[in-house]
Amino acid sequence: MRRNWSERALSVVLALAPVWAVLGALLLGAFLIAVAGINPVDAYAALLEGAFGSLSGLGLTLQKTVPLLFAGLGVAFAFRCGLFNIGGEGQLHMGALLGGWLALTFAGLPAPVLLPAVLIASFIGGGIWGAIPGLLRAKWNMSEIITTILMNYIGFWFVSFTLHGPLQESRGYYPQSEILPGASWLPIIWPAARVHLGLVLALLAAAGVYVVLWRTTIGYQIRAVGSNRRAAEYSGIPAVRSMVLAMFVSGGLMGLAGAAEILGVQHRLSDFFSPGYGFDGIAVALLGYTHPVGVALAAVFFGGLRAGFNAIQRTEGLPLAMAQVVQGLTLILVVSSVALPRLRALLRRKEAASAGGVD
Amino acid sequence: MLAGLTEFFTAAFFAAAVRLSTPLIFTAIGGIFSERSGVVNIGLEGMMLTGAFAGVAGAYFTGNAWLGVLIAMVAGALMALIHAFLSVTVRGNQIVSGAAINILALGLTTFFLRVFWGIQEKPRVPGFAVWKIPVLGDIPFIGEALFQHIPLVYLAFLLVPLAHFVLFRTSWGLSLRSVGEHPRAADTVGINVLRTRYMCVLISGALAGLGGAFLSVGQLQTFLENMSAGRGFIALAALIFGKWMPARTMAACLLFGSAQAAIVRIPALNYSVSPQLLSMFPYLLTLLAFIGLVGKTTPPAAIGTPYVKE
Repeated sequence: MRRNWSERALSVVLALAPVWAVLGALLLGAFLIAVAGINPVDAYAALLEGAFGSLSGLGLTLQKTVPLLFAGLGVAFAFRCGLFNIGGEGQLHMGALLGGWLALTFAGLPAPVLLPAVLIASFIGGGIWGAIPGLLRAKWNMSEIITTILMNYIGFWFVSFTLHGPLQESRGYYPQSEILPGASWLPIIWPAARVHLGLVLALLAAAGVYVVLWRTTIGYQIRAVGSNRRAAEYSGIPAVRSMVLAMFVSGGLMGLAGAAEILGVQHRLSDFFSPGYGFDGIAVALLGYTHPVGVALAAVFFGGLRAGFNAIQRTEGLPLAMAQVVQGLTLILVVSSVALPRLRALLRRKEAASAGGVD
Repeated sequence: MLAGLTEFFTAAFFAAAVRLSTPLIFTAIGGIFSERSGVVNIGLEGMMLTGAFAGVAGAYFTGNAWLGVLIAMVAGALMALIHAFLSVTVRGNQIVSGAAINILALGLTTFFLRVFWGIQEKPRVPGFAVWKIPVLGDIPFIGEALFQHIPLVYLAFLLVPLAHFVLFRTSWGLSLRSVGEHPRAADTVGINVLRTRYMCVLISGALAGLGGAFLSVGQLQTFLENMSAGRGFIALAALIFGKWMPARTMAACLLFGSAQAAIVRIPALNYSVSPQLLSMFPYLLTLLAFIGLVGKTTPPAAIGTPYVKE
C-alpha cells in the first residue's frame, strides 16, 4: 500500500521535472541576485509584477514570447529528426534580411499582399540557411552543430554588411535600414497591451508543427529518421529528404522569429536586433520537451523572465545577464532530469532490499 | 605583384598570426583530450569566456598576471566539471550540456563584470612582458615573427608536442584513447572509464580557460563582454579539421589565426573592403575548410555516448 503511494508520488515528481528545473534555476539565481546586492525576494516579486502584474508588463512578456516560441519550435522540429539546430541566430538574421529587403523593395504593395509575402520570404531566407547544414549532415555526415554555429557568424556579419552598405538608411548615421512600410507591419491586435499579430501566428505555428509532425506522413518520416535513421532507411523512408526538409522548416521557423521581431516590434532591420533569440530557442525547446504545447509554455516562461528582469533593472546589461544565467541553469537542470528515472530504479531496488527481497 | 605580397606578408603579419592562433591552440588541444576520451565539448566557448573573465578578475585582485592565468584555468575547469558531471555521471545530452554552459558563461561573466566594475569603468590589469628569445629573437624577419612574444605564446606551442607525447607515448594516453574508442574493453582491462573522462573534460576546461586568459590578460589586459566571440567554436572546428591530432590541429589553428591576422592587415594597407565582410571571413574560411573535409574524418568511436557500467 505504502509502496504504491510512493510509486505514484515519484511518478508525479518525474512528470513535473521541467517545473523543478525552473524552480531550481530560480533558487540558484537568487544567490546571484543577492551577490548583486539586491534582496532576492524583492527582486522576484518585482520580476513577477513586471512580467505579469500589469497590462503593459504582460504585453512585454507576450512580445518577447513570440520570437522565443518561433525559435523554440524551430529547435524542436529539427530535434525530432535527430538534428541539433544551434544556428537559429544566423537563420533568424537571414530570414529577417530577406523579409526586410522584400518589404523595402515592394513598399507600394497593399498589406494583404505585402505582409504574407514578407513572412514567406523570411521563412524561406531562414529555411535556406538551415537547409544547407541539413544537406551537409544528411549527405556527408558533417556535424550540423559545427556548420550551424559557423553559419551564425556568417549570417550575422552578412546582415551587418548590408546594413552598413546597400540597405543602410539614407541618412547614413546608423547601421540600420529605413523604417519598413506600414503595410508590412504585424498589426496590433490588443492595443492595451500592445500585443501584435505575431502572437497568433506563433500559436498557429505551434499547432502547425504538431499537425505536421504527428498527423502527416512526412512528419512520421521525420520522426522515424530521428529515432533511428538506419531503420527508417531500411523501411524505405527517404532519410536525406526528411533531414533536409526538417532543417528547412526549422530554419524557416527561426526566420519567422526574426520577422516577428522586425515586423512586430522594431519596424526596421538593424544591427544587433536580436538579443540572442536563436540561442534561447534551445532552452525553450528542451524545457518544453520538444513538444509544441511544452514549447509554448516554456516560451511564456522565458518571455516573462526577460520582461521581468527588465523591471528590476539597476545597471545596464544586468537584467539580460541574469536572464541568461537562469536560462543556463534551467538547461543544466533539464539535462540532469534524465537521471531521475534512474534514481527511481535505485529507490525501488533499495525498497526491495529492505523488504527482504520478497515481492 | 611581388612587391604587394612582401608588403602584405611582413614579419608583423606573421607575428600577429602566431599571436591570434595561440588562444585557439590552447582551447583546441584541450578539446582533443575531451573528445578523445569520448565526450563532445561544445562548451569550450563558454569555458574560454569564463577563463577570460576569471583571468582578468584574478589579475585585478591579486595584481599578478600569472596568478590571473592560474585562476582562469581553475575557473575553466570548474565550468568543465559541470559538463563532466552532466555528460559522464548523469549521462545527459552532451550537446545540450555544452550549450547550457555557453549561455551560463555569457550570463555569469557579464553579470560579474557589471557587479564588480559597473558600466563605466573597465578593469585594467597587469599583462606580460615580451620574452625575446636570445639569439633566435635577433634573426631578421623570423625573430620578429616567431621569437618576440609573451611567454604564453611559447607555452601554447610547447603544449602541442607535450599533448602528442601524453596521448601517444604514455600509458595514460593509451587508456584515454581506448576509453574514447571502446569503453567496454577499456573497462574490462581495469581502466576507470568514468574517472578518465572526468580528467579529460577537466583538462579541456583548464586549457580553454587558459586560452581565454590569453585573450584578456595576455592581449587586451581587460575583459570585454562576450570577448571569446566564437573562438571556442573555431577551436572545435580546428580539432576536427586536425583529425584529433595535436600537430594537425595546431596547423588548422595557424590557418585560422592567419585569417584573423589578414583581417587586421587589409584595412591597414588601404584596401577598401567592408569591415563586416572581413569579420565574416574567418568563419567563412573555417566553414569552407570544414566542408572541404567531406568524408575524411573519423571521430573517436564512442564519442557522445555515455558509458554505463554493467
